[in-house]
Amino acid sequence: MSIDIKNVSKQFGTFAALRDVSFEVRPGELVALLGPSGCGKTTLLRIVAGLETADHGTVLFDGQDASDRQAGERRVGFVFQHYALFRHMTVFENVAFGLRVRPRALRPSNDEIATKVTNLLKLVQLDYLGDRYPGQLSGGQRQRVALARALAVEPKVLLLDEPFGALDAKVRQELRRWLRRLHEEIHLTSVFVTHDQEEALELADRIVIMNEGKVEQDASPQEVFDHPASPFVMNFLGSVNIFHGRVENGKAVLGPLAVDYPDHAAAGSLPAAGYARPHELGVTRSDEGGGGLWATLESVTSAGAIMRLELTDAEKRVLQVELARDSYDALGLRIGGPVYVRPNKLRVFLEK
Amino acid sequence: MNATTRNRRSGRALTEPTPIRWLLTAVALVFLVLFLVVPLAAVFSEAFQKGWEAYRSAVLEPDALAALKLTLIAAGIAVPANLIFGVCASWAIGKFHFRGKNLLTTLIDLPFAVSPVISGMVFVLLFGRQGFFGPWLSDHDIQVIFAVPGIVLATIFVSFPFVAREIIPVMEAAGSQEEEAARVLGASGLQTFFRVTLPNIKWGLLYGVILCNARAMGEFGAVSVVSGHIRGETNTLPLHVEILYNEYNFQAAFAVASLLAFLALVTLVLKTIVESRTRRDLTPVHEGAAQTP
Repeated sequence: MSIDIKNVSKQFGTFAALRDVSFEVRPGELVALLGPSGCGKTTLLRIVAGLETADHGTVLFDGQDASDRQAGERRVGFVFQHYALFRHMTVFENVAFGLRVRPRALRPSNDEIATKVTNLLKLVQLDYLGDRYPGQLSGGQRQRVALARALAVEPKVLLLDEPFGALDAKVRQELRRWLRRLHEEIHLTSVFVTHDQEEALELADRIVIMNEGKVEQDASPQEVFDHPASPFVMNFLGSVNIFHGRVENGKAVLGPLAVDYPDHAAAGSLPAAGYARPHELGVTRSDEGGGGLWATLESVTSAGAIMRLELTDAEKRVLQVELARDSYDALGLRIGGPVYVRPNKLRVFLEK
Repeated sequence: MNATTRNRRSGRALTEPTPIRWLLTAVALVFLVLFLVVPLAAVFSEAFQKGWEAYRSAVLEPDALAALKLTLIAAGIAVPANLIFGVCASWAIGKFHFRGKNLLTTLIDLPFAVSPVISGMVFVLLFGRQGFFGPWLSDHDIQVIFAVPGIVLATIFVSFPFVAREIIPVMEAAGSQEEEAARVLGASGLQTFFRVTLPNIKWGLLYGVILCNARAMGEFGAVSVVSGHIRGETNTLPLHVEILYNEYNFQAAFAVASLLAFLALVTLVLKTIVESRTRRDLTPVHEGAAQTP
């Protein structure tokens, strides 16, 4: 099923949680809603599920307006951030709940329910825990029970709110991989909310990045990483070095650095900033050819095959550079010595 | 969290010296015996002072039986009424945000704050012959004050905070995520209530009902004002005890009082059972306390 979110706005008192948000989720896609906390991503997910109503705008399921459909009628599976398992029911009964509450005419027989629940518990690799209570499970196990419970009603859409937020790093890694495999198996249209850019980049087919209730960028993981649409996206997706300066006559001049900026060919000068990730900066010992940014090497830490260099430029601003171990060794740098920095890639955004 | 574990580890250094600990314990025990155990023992010894036969006849005397019946009727109406009210009020307070929520929470405590005698007077003022609804009631030949309806009303009033008080914190602690999960899974409002909400609050609810019942059966002040003390008709057990006592019929008074004391003991036992059950069922689900990877 496709989900079409059109011009959705939502206000809580004086706080605008969502401002005119629009995007589309195509059938079978796994989309990440990524953003810092308070950006409105969970609110949007709850509106899609029918747990919250939008002040303006509509949500279409397969082209049909879902606004007046109750949460229970939308055929969505929702996995809550803290799982929200029924604590007084066994794992088995938790998963069976969605089937047991169906109107009598649509309710499967007890045998059918048992078969189905057992199959789902096998799918999430927990069939040996059916008679336990949620309180007796680990975080990762609860998460999988929550997923099985959501899948039991055969949803057309799966919505996950910070699905791995409350888990420790190792379990999170495992579950992430497992969820990706599961998605490849059942190809259910899915949307998950996260504030972890790594999670979004690794898991999603497409990432919708949100900030302060608005969509900043909606593109593939590759695209958002390589071509961020705004300084916010650039900043949010990892550490970044910023060079302030101005643009005029189709050129951006950022201190000693100069790059082409064809978007602003006019003569008038505008404030701008260049952004480069640590691995996009190159370092040399002498300023051959000119145009390099002079800096001092302050410290080096080794992270396996990658060396992390911390530099300070003439104005004592800190720069972060990542080099492969080989190229670092070839340079023969020493702490406190001068270096010249040249970006291999620099994205220039006008400053407001 | 850190502070408590540290305290426990260095626990010995932090407790009081032995003599002081003994002294405090002794004071508490003496107090307990003097003010609770001795009076309770006195009730039963006084009740059986003239032997089993006298006890039996005092308890089985028609007026005593009528008082028992009235007490059961009043509690039998007040407890279910407060149960329904308490569940509705705490549902509203625990799960929703609305204007006047604080006011409602405060109002629930009103019967605790007002002296029972005054609550009785309020009903006389409202439903008595000279009261606000008095003329209308006497025109329609309905008697509220000095009759069973007045006693029931007064009992409901004084016992109504108990259920709500007990389950509001439970509802608030549980949050509404489980209800939301049930809704998304297609459960109707009633199904959500009976399958998800009610099981989560059942022990708190039972505890509230026990306390509510104890208060409903034991209420004296408010009921005394509205009852009129008509023997065999508008006397509840506590009022009957008072009448017997004022007639210097001590043995009978204590015999009937022992019924109430017995009820109190049963209540305490039930309360203890429910409390230990609650503790066992309250295994936290939302915190990662039981992590066994």
